[in-house]
Amino acid sequence: MRSVLSRFVLILATLAATLGLHGCGYNDFQRLDEQTTSAWSEVLNQYQRRADLVPNLVATVKGEASFEQETLTRVIEARARATSIQITPETLNNPEAMQKFQAAQGELGSALSRLLVVSENYPALKANQGFADLRVQLEGTENRITVARNRYIKAVQEYNVLARSFPSNLTAMVMGYKPKANFQVANEAALSAPPKVDFGK
Amino acid sequence: MPGIRAVLRPWLKALWLGLALLLGGWAQAQAPVLAVPPLQAHVTDLSGTLTELQVQALQAQLDGFERQYGAQIAVLLVASTAPEDIADFTQRVGEAWKLGRAGVGDGLLLVVAVQDRRVRIAPNKTLEGAIPDVVAKRIIDEQIVPAFRQGDYAGGLRNALLQLQSRISGEALPAVSGQRSSSGDDELDLAHGAMLLLVAVPVIAGVLRQLLGPKLGSLASAGAAGFLVWHLTHVLWLAMLAGLIGFFGGLMGRGLPQSAARRRRHWGRQPTDTDTSGGWGGVSWGGGGGSSGSMGGMTSGGGGDAGGGGASGSW
Repeated sequence: MRSVLSRFVLILATLAATLGLHGCGYNDFQRLDEQTTSAWSEVLNQYQRRADLVPNLVATVKGEASFEQETLTRVIEARARATSIQITPETLNNPEAMQKFQAAQGELGSALSRLLVVSENYPALKANQGFADLRVQLEGTENRITVARNRYIKAVQEYNVLARSFPSNLTAMVMGYKPKANFQVANEAALSAPPKVDFGK
Repeated sequence: MPGIRAVLRPWLKALWLGLALLLGGWAQAQAPVLAVPPLQAHVTDLSGTLTELQVQALQAQLDGFERQYGAQIAVLLVASTAPEDIADFTQRVGEAWKLGRAGVGDGLLLVVAVQDRRVRIAPNKTLEGAIPDVVAKRIIDEQIVPAFRQGDYAGGLRNALLQLQSRISGEALPAVSGQRSSSGDDELDLAHGAMLLLVAVPVIAGVLRQLLGPKLGSLASAGAAGFLVWHLTHVLWLAMLAGLIGFFGGLMGRGLPQSAARRRRHWGRQPTDTDTSGGWGGVSWGGGGGSSGSMGGMTSGGGGDAGGGGASGSW
C-alpha cells in the first residue's frame, strides 16, 4: 500500500514539475515578452533614423529651385505626423495605437519614395553628391527597417503562438497576457506596392 | 501504467502538431528562392566567374586579414539572386552565416550576382560604424563598378576588399586571441554533454523506471537520454553513450528516486519535485550550449548580426 502511495506521489510530483517548468510556459512568456520589446525598440530606432534623415534630404532638395513643391510638402507633413506618434513598448498591446503608428510611418515611406522617383527628373539633383549620399543612407535605412520589422513580426508571432496554444494559453488567461498586435499585412500591401512610373509624359 | 500515457498523449500530439506546423511553414517560406549556400571558405564562387588562382589569392588575402585583426570577411558570387533582390538574398545569407567573432560580431559579407550585374556590401552591425552605407556605396562605385565593367572581377574585388580592410583595421576591435573561437565552442559542447550524462541522465532514468517499470522504463530512458544528448550536442558517440547509460541506469539503477524516497522519509511529507526539477533544470541548462557545426576551411565565429546595413550597386 505504501509503495503504491509513494509511487503515486512521485508521479504527481513529476507531472507537476513538468507542467510547471515546460507546460505552463510562464518563463517563456517573460522571455518572449522581453524579446518583442527589444525587437520593437529596434523598429522604433530605425524609424527614428529615417525621420532624422528627412530634414537633410529636404534641405538638399530645396536647393533645386524648381523642385515639385507638392511632393516636398507631402514629405515634410508626413514626417511631422510620423514623429508625433510614438509607441512605447508599454503601449504595444494597444492595436489601435499600433495601427495609427503604422499608417503614419507608411505614409512617410510612400512620400519619400515618391520624392526619390520625382528626383529622377532633375539632372542637377542626381549629380549632387550630397543628394546621392542621402539617397544611399535612406536606402540603407529602409533595409534596416525591413529587417527590424521582420524580427519584430517573428518575435510577436512566437509570443502569440505561445499565448494561444494549449496549455500555455491557460497561463496567459490566468495572468492576463493577450496576443500582441503585429504589423498589418493587408494595409502594407497597398503601401509597399512599387510606385507607378508613368512613361506617357 | 496506461493512465500516464493517456494523460501524456494530448501533450505529445500538441507537440508534434506544433513541430509539423513549424517545419511546414519553414519549408513553404524557403521554397521559391535561392538556398543559402554553406559557408566553407572566405570566397565562395558559385557562378564560376573567378579562376582557381584568383579564388585562392582572395582567400589568402581574407584569411591573413582574419588572422591579424579577427574580423571575418566573406565573398559570395552567385549567378543570379532571382526572384529576390540582392539585398534580401544578402540579408538571408548574412543571417545564416553570422560572420564575425562570437561576442564581437565583426563580420562583413560581399555578394556579387554576376548575371544580374548587382553587387552588395553588407557589414554586420558591429562594422556599421567602420563602413557606413555611404562608404560602402563609394567603394562599390569607385572600385568595383569600373573594374567589373571591364570584366576584371578579381581586381575589382581585391581593391574593394583592401579598402574595406583598411577601414576595419582602423576600428577599435578587440585583439585576436590565440585560438579560433570555434574550438572553444566544441569543448563547451562536450562539457555540456558530459554534464548531461552525469547529472540529468540518471535522474531521468530513475524517474522513467519508476513510472514505467524496469523494462519499459530502461528502454524509454535510453531513448530519451540518447535523443536529448544528440539534440543538444550533435555528437554521435556521446548520444550513444548516453543511451547506454540511460538503459543500464533504468534497468538496474537505484538512482535518484530511491534517494528521494529516503529523504522523503526524513523530511516527512516534503514533495519530491525539488529533486526532479533539479534534474530538469540540468537539462534546460544544457540547452544553452546550442550547436556549432564545424566545417572545413573557414568557420564562422557565429557572433555577427546582420541588421540590413550596407549598400548595393550595379555595373
